[in-house]
Amino acid sequence: MNKPFALTLSVGSSLANKTGSWRTERAVYVHRLPPCADACPAGENVQEWLYRAEEPTYEAAWRQIMADNPFPAVMGRVCYRPCETACNRAQLDEAVGITSVERFLGDEAIKQRWAVAGSRSSSGKRVMVVGAGPCGLSAAYHLTRVGHQVTILDSGPVAGGMMRFGIPKYRLPRDVLDAEIGRILDMGVTIEHNHTVTDVLQTMRSGGFHAAFLSIGAQIGKRAYIPAGDSAHILDAVSVLRSLEGQEPPKLGRRVVVYGGGNTAMDTARTAKRLGATDAIVVYRRTRDRMPAHDFEVEEALEEGVTVKWLSTVTHADIGTLQLERMELDERGFPQPTGQFEELHADSLVLAVGQQADLSLLDGIPGIEIEDNVVAVDANMMTGFPGIFAGGDMVRAERTVTVGVGHGKKAAGRIDAWLRGADFTAPPRHELATFEQLNPWYYSDAAATVRPQLDAVRRRSTFDEVIGGLDETNALFEARRCLSCGNCFACDNCYGVCPDNAVIKLEPGVAYGYAIDLDYCKGCGLCVAECPCGALEMVPEAN
Amino acid sequence: MPFQPIRFYQTGSFVAGNRLLAPEQRSVQSTMGRSNTLTSGHRACQGCGEALGARYALDAAMRATNNRLIAANATGCLEVFSTPYPESAWQLPWMHSLFGNAPAVATGIAAALRVKGRHDVRVVGQAGDGGTVDIGLGCLSGMFERNDDVLFICYDNEGYMNTGVQRSGATPPAARTATTEAIGPEPGNRFGQGKSVPLIAMAHEIPYVATATVADLRDIEYKVERAMAFHGARYLHILVTCPLGWGCDSADTIRVARLAVESGLFPVFEAENGAITAVTKIRHQVPVEDYLKLQKRYAHLFGRSARPNIVARIQARADHNIERFGLLDRQTAEPG
Repeated sequence: MNKPFALTLSVGSSLANKTGSWRTERAVYVHRLPPCADACPAGENVQEWLYRAEEPTYEAAWRQIMADNPFPAVMGRVCYRPCETACNRAQLDEAVGITSVERFLGDEAIKQRWAVAGSRSSSGKRVMVVGAGPCGLSAAYHLTRVGHQVTILDSGPVAGGMMRFGIPKYRLPRDVLDAEIGRILDMGVTIEHNHTVTDVLQTMRSGGFHAAFLSIGAQIGKRAYIPAGDSAHILDAVSVLRSLEGQEPPKLGRRVVVYGGGNTAMDTARTAKRLGATDAIVVYRRTRDRMPAHDFEVEEALEEGVTVKWLSTVTHADIGTLQLERMELDERGFPQPTGQFEELHADSLVLAVGQQADLSLLDGIPGIEIEDNVVAVDANMMTGFPGIFAGGDMVRAERTVTVGVGHGKKAAGRIDAWLRGADFTAPPRHELATFEQLNPWYYSDAAATVRPQLDAVRRRSTFDEVIGGLDETNALFEARRCLSCGNCFACDNCYGVCPDNAVIKLEPGVAYGYAIDLDYCKGCGLCVAECPCGALEMVPEAN
Repeated sequence: MPFQPIRFYQTGSFVAGNRLLAPEQRSVQSTMGRSNTLTSGHRACQGCGEALGARYALDAAMRATNNRLIAANATGCLEVFSTPYPESAWQLPWMHSLFGNAPAVATGIAAALRVKGRHDVRVVGQAGDGGTVDIGLGCLSGMFERNDDVLFICYDNEGYMNTGVQRSGATPPAARTATTEAIGPEPGNRFGQGKSVPLIAMAHEIPYVATATVADLRDIEYKVERAMAFHGARYLHILVTCPLGWGCDSADTIRVARLAVESGLFPVFEAENGAITAVTKIRHQVPVEDYLKLQKRYAHLFGRSARPNIVARIQARADHNIERFGLLDRQTAEPG
């Protein structure tokens, strides 16, 4: 016994006392599914690319988008932003301007000429894609990335589909579109223009294709039956928008009436304004809250001087005049005629009442089911005929560019599995990250950055892009508004707030670079409560 | 905020680390090389605010003094849970003598260092509110009056928690403790005159006095570092949530301390030579109910036999603080 006076035990460290034995619950790091990613029709991991953009490593952010979607610059302009509608930050102040950051990254990629390499190894399989719209191009891109040889057969003279022939230039400048399509073709995708497929099986056989993906879109404007005089000037919206890409602009006259309430109706009315119409009048049978057009499209159209006649329908068309009937909504919200009529002076009437697909190329293929002008596909996007897949506007879905791009990616994964003779297994879907799981105290107060808008006069007279982009400083600011819902962003708060030093930091500045020291964790739950983004949860101990 | 807040960067300076900041802009607590002056295996309750606050403050003091620091500790929770014989959770030179004499012991250490010419080594005295507000106040006042070169830190959990939650001079009105039961016309602790040791310390006109809470890590680290820039007597009063004594969830330790500030009940400020120099503004003001309802020591004010009149008196105290210390100032608050 060689101890100081009055000491009988050797001095020791409290580390001998394993307080982990007190615990009834433990903290566990989790990945939750952020609402933005959950809502994205193209399956983008929005939080993950924003995480990279925050640093800022823009190229890594862009590559993260490209893993799911080959059109960041297009998306940043034309997507209807379901991600922003779902964004948890809206409950704090305003949703993160996700698409404005996406557009910045997409434009940056075009400026810096970032490219994506195809696959190093070839699978030896050939896939035919019919239609070079967003859906077909997306499928071709993803199939090429995993080593399949893709040939796109497109009936148009230039690739792009509805992105080129449906969306006006003021929303999607063509140099941006060309750059993003060019990047896909540069990966080694073959494209044949002006090649209209009339017999799918025959084309597959003669081309030696192992699988086919059909994405022909829906580009025939529906005709509503309107009694009309001999020389009434009636057009359909799809043809009007398509003819903008030709040599001869469509002749619409000074007073243009557009019949319909969807996004195409808005695009047509806004286009008419730009073509010199003094009045562009949308006639819609219901009320604004029931309009299928997205709110910001309606808003932008109204700002440009487009007027809307709500609760009205066109009952007769003649040279220079239309007869409208007032409608009223019944208790189920359906418009009913009232018997009250009015005259409206109009040089032309453009119908924007929906589109149909020309599905004649499927005639005679056994097993394919068509109902209401859409092709039936199973959960793997495959039609009733093995090896023929379909997506985009020709199957039952919301008809937007983003949905089409998402179908292309989804189908590519399934086609790849089918070609390999394997079953496709989707990666596990995490639990949704809710606002209630966040600790919003920790986020800086910061309202959204507003994108610059083109001056109203220029908007009415030119096809210049209406919405401007963010520059580097405000794109970075916007990216950093992301709350990183349900996913660690390396803030060190868990490491800081543990009263027992029971959170171990494994690596600085790296998401999920932490571990719980179960020898000492007492299970107080402070790290879970003070995690800003809900990337931790408490789970009961087994006994 | 007295220190320059980092304005944006997703979480600004609200979180401990933030990967978007340069390493030197991050807190001591976010570094892998922090001292962990109070290490694992101590026997504080789950979610102990005092254990957390002590590590926050002393790790910052260690960095400010280049790891040349000696601590004198009064009797109390902090002493009992950290040093059950023969184990110690302290990873710095640390000394415990009696309940009431920690300021005097710290003074003695400082005097000895001066005699030995060790001007590089600094001294911290620390105690709970019992050892500071009640039992140690005489020694503390002496230390202030002599302007001894000691930073004294009070971890205020508003009662004698270690011995079973008895009332102290820092126990707030209406709070239930073992000695102020929730019975009678004025349940819980009575509304007295209050006893603010930070204001008592300021009356000594010592170089530096500050208050802080365990909810604001950056603020604690700033104030410890600032205190270490002075010589002479300095005082730091940190509100530390006691899940056991306050009857709150162990996961709510930081939230409750945050609400004490946001409601105005606990003013956070700093003072030099007896005059207030900076005040932490309320970021999102809340009614006192938000703070009180999380704590069972105030349960008798709510529910079936609710006492809205008492809650109103507590709100009046918060309003008085807000007025007196200027806690609401939209111009200098966080942007938003």
